[in-house]
Amino acid sequence: MSELLTQLHAFWSALTTYWVSLPFGWQLTLKSLAGIVAIMLPLILTVAYLTLAERRIIGFMQVRMGPNRVGPWGLLQPFADVLKLVFKEVILPTNANRFLFIIAPVISISTAFAAWAVVPFSNGVLLSNANAGLLYILALTSFGVYGIILSGWASNSKYAFLGAMRSAAQMVSYEIAMGFALVGVLMASQSLNLNDIVLAQNGGFSHWFWLPLLPLFVIYFVSGVAETNRAPFDVAEGESEIVAGFHVEYSGTAFAAFFLAEYANMILISALAATLFWGGWLSPVQGWHFLEGTSLAFLMHTSFIWFAVKTCVFLYAFLWFRATFPRYRYDQIMRLGWKVFIPITILWLVLEGAAIVLKIPPWFA
Amino acid sequence: MPEIQNFTMNFGPQHPAAHGVLRLVLEMDGEVITKADPHIGLLHRATEKLAESKPYNQSIGYMDRLDYVSMMCNEHAYVLAIEKLLGIEPPLRAQYIRVMFDELTRITNHLLWLGAHGLDIGAMTVFLYCFREREDIMDMYEAVSGARMHATYYRPGGVYRDLPECMPQYQKSRFRSKGDMRRINQARQGSLLDFIEDFTERFPGCVDEYEVLLTDNRIWKQRTVGIGVVTPERALQLGFSGPMLRGSGIEWDLRKKRPYAAYEQMDFDIPVGVNGDCYDRYLVRIEEMRQSNHIVRQCINWLRKNPGPVSLEDHKVTPPRREQMKSDMESLIHHFKYMTEGYGVPAGEVYAAIEHPKGEFGIYMISDGANKPFRVKIRAAGFAHLAALDEMVRGHMLADLVAIIGTQDIVFGEVDR
Repeated sequence: MSELLTQLHAFWSALTTYWVSLPFGWQLTLKSLAGIVAIMLPLILTVAYLTLAERRIIGFMQVRMGPNRVGPWGLLQPFADVLKLVFKEVILPTNANRFLFIIAPVISISTAFAAWAVVPFSNGVLLSNANAGLLYILALTSFGVYGIILSGWASNSKYAFLGAMRSAAQMVSYEIAMGFALVGVLMASQSLNLNDIVLAQNGGFSHWFWLPLLPLFVIYFVSGVAETNRAPFDVAEGESEIVAGFHVEYSGTAFAAFFLAEYANMILISALAATLFWGGWLSPVQGWHFLEGTSLAFLMHTSFIWFAVKTCVFLYAFLWFRATFPRYRYDQIMRLGWKVFIPITILWLVLEGAAIVLKIPPWFA
Repeated sequence: MPEIQNFTMNFGPQHPAAHGVLRLVLEMDGEVITKADPHIGLLHRATEKLAESKPYNQSIGYMDRLDYVSMMCNEHAYVLAIEKLLGIEPPLRAQYIRVMFDELTRITNHLLWLGAHGLDIGAMTVFLYCFREREDIMDMYEAVSGARMHATYYRPGGVYRDLPECMPQYQKSRFRSKGDMRRINQARQGSLLDFIEDFTERFPGCVDEYEVLLTDNRIWKQRTVGIGVVTPERALQLGFSGPMLRGSGIEWDLRKKRPYAAYEQMDFDIPVGVNGDCYDRYLVRIEEMRQSNHIVRQCINWLRKNPGPVSLEDHKVTPPRREQMKSDMESLIHHFKYMTEGYGVPAGEVYAAIEHPKGEFGIYMISDGANKPFRVKIRAAGFAHLAALDEMVRGHMLADLVAIIGTQDIVFGEVDR
C-alpha cells in the first residue's frame, strides 16, 4: 500500500516538473483544453437530461406519462435516443449543396457550445475572462442563426426554404430588441465582462438587475425564446405548417447536431438570464444577517448551486411555454419585435440613462 | 437575371396538418397563398356503390366509416332514410337513445376538432386534454355497442339493444396501483346511464379548462380572429352548413328547423357567430359542446323515467330475439330472411338529413322495391366546405391555411366517401 503511494507521489512530482518545463503556450493550450472538456461534458449531459426532463415535465402538464420505460423512471432514455440517432444514416438529398448541407449543423452546434466560454459559473470560474464577453455572446448567438438559414437554403427543399426564410425574418426582428436589452445591462453594470456584471449586482435579491431592468429582462427572455426557436416562436420549425422547417431533410447525427444546438442554446439563454439579471452565482438571501448562526446560514453563501438553480428555473419556463402557448405566425412575431419590443427597450434605456445620471440608489448610486 | 415567379408547393397528403389525406397544390408568393387547389380522392372507398350492392341493413357499418370521428351521426342519417322509405317510426325510447348518442357523438367530434385545431395552431396541450374526455365517450360507445368507434348501433326500427345495466371496468394490471384502479373505476360502478351522467357533470368543467388555454389567449386570438372570413351570403352560396354556417351568423340548425328523432322535446340554443372568422367558429363549436351536454342530460332524465322497447317488434325489419328463435319457427324464418335476404323496401325516393357535427349530413336514397337500394347518394358537409377552401385561404399565409383547414373540420372519410 505505502509502496503504491510512493510510486504515485513520484509520478505526480515527475508530472509537475514536466508541466513546469513546458513552454507557456503549451501550458495555456492544455489548460484551455481541460477547461473545455470540463464545460462540454457536463453541458452535453445536461442537454441529454434536459430532453428527458422536457418530455417528462410536458408529459406531466398534459396528463400523460412521458418516457418511463428505458431504465428506472426513463433515465436511460436520452442514451437510447442518442444511440438511435448515431446509427441512422445521414441522408444527403440529391439536389442539396453538399458542403453547406454538412457545414450548417456544424455551425449551429459549434456556436451554441462556443458561447459558453465566457459564462461565469462561479466567481472567476470561467474559461475565458474576456472583457468583451457580452459582445462575444451576442456575436455567437447571432452567428448560430446562420446554421439554420444555411441548412434551409442548402437542403433545396421548399419546406426547408420557408423555414430558413422565417428564421431570417425572425432574426432581424429579435436580435435588435435583444441587443438593446443587453445594452441596458451593460449600462447598469458599466462592464461587458460577465463576471463583472454579476459582481455589480452584489448585495442580495433586490440589488439584482431584474428589478430596475424588469421590462428589459422580460424582453430579453422572450427574445431568447425566439432566438432558440422554441414555442411559441418555433415558426422556423413549424411542425404543423412546414413539417420540420429548416431540418426537414436532416437525419441521424446531422439532425442530432441541430437538436443538441437547440437545447444547448436554451440552457445558454437561461444561464445568461440568470447571469445578467438575476445575480448569477450570488445568493438571493445575501445580507440577511438574521440567518447567521441558524441552520439556514449556508443559504447566504455564494455558490455555483445558485447559478444552477436559477438556470433551471428559466429552463422550466421554456418547457412551460411550450406546453401552454399556440404558435405565432411569423409576421406577428416581427410585429411584436419591431412595434412592441424595440420601442419599449429604447424607452427604458432612456429612463435608465436618466437614473444613472441622477444616481438613483441602490442600483445606480 | 431570372424572372421572379411564384412557386408551387405540394401540401400533403403526408403533411401533419393535412387531416388525413388532403393534398393541396399551393401557389405561393413567398408565404402568401395565391391559390390553393385541393386534390381529393385518396381515401375514396366507393361507399355509395358498396351500399347499392348490399341489402339495406348491411350497409350501416359503412356509414360509420364515412366521417370516422362522428360515427353514430352518420348511421342516424342512413337509418332515418330507410325508415322514411319503409314508413316506420322507432319506439320513443330508441329515439331518445339516438338523440343522446348523437349529442355524445357531437361532443367527441368537437373534441377531436378542438384538439386537432389547437395542435395545428401549435397549442399542444389542448389536444391531450380533449382526448382525455374523448376516451370516456369511446368507452360509452363500447359499452353500448361493443365497438369503440364503428358502432353500427342504430338499426332501422330502433337501436341494436337497450342501454346496459353495468359498465365494463378496468382490470388489474402491474402498471396500475390499487388507488389508480379505484379512481378510474369509480364512475363505472353503476349503469351506463350513471356513467354518462357523471360525465355530463364533469364535462362543463373540462370545457372551461380548454377555454382557459385558448379563448382569451392573445396568440390564439391573433391566429384566428379575422382569418378565413366568410360572409353570411357567401356561406349560403357555398353550401355551408353546421358550425361553418352558424359561425357566419346564420341561425340554421336542422335539429330546430326540421326536427327529427326526439329533438322537438329538447331544450337547447343555437349558438351563432358574428364575423364568420375562425375565432367565431371556434366559439360556436365550444358553445355547441356545452349545449350538447345539456341535451344529453335531458335525455338521461327521460330515459331513467321511461323504460320500454328500443326496437320495433315488426320482425320483417328487425331481427327477432334469440330465445324466441329457439322455440318459434316463425321467428327462425324471420331471422333467416332478415340476415340473408334482408327486406324489400317500397319503391320511391327519399332524402333524410340530420344535423351532423360537421354540418348537414344527408342520405338521398332511391328504392326500386328490391332489397338493395337502387342508388345511394351521400351529402357530406365537409365536401362543400373543402370546395370553399381556395376562396377562404387566398391572400392568407401558409400558417393561416393550417388554421383554416382546422376550422373547416375536414374529415376525408366523408369528403372522399
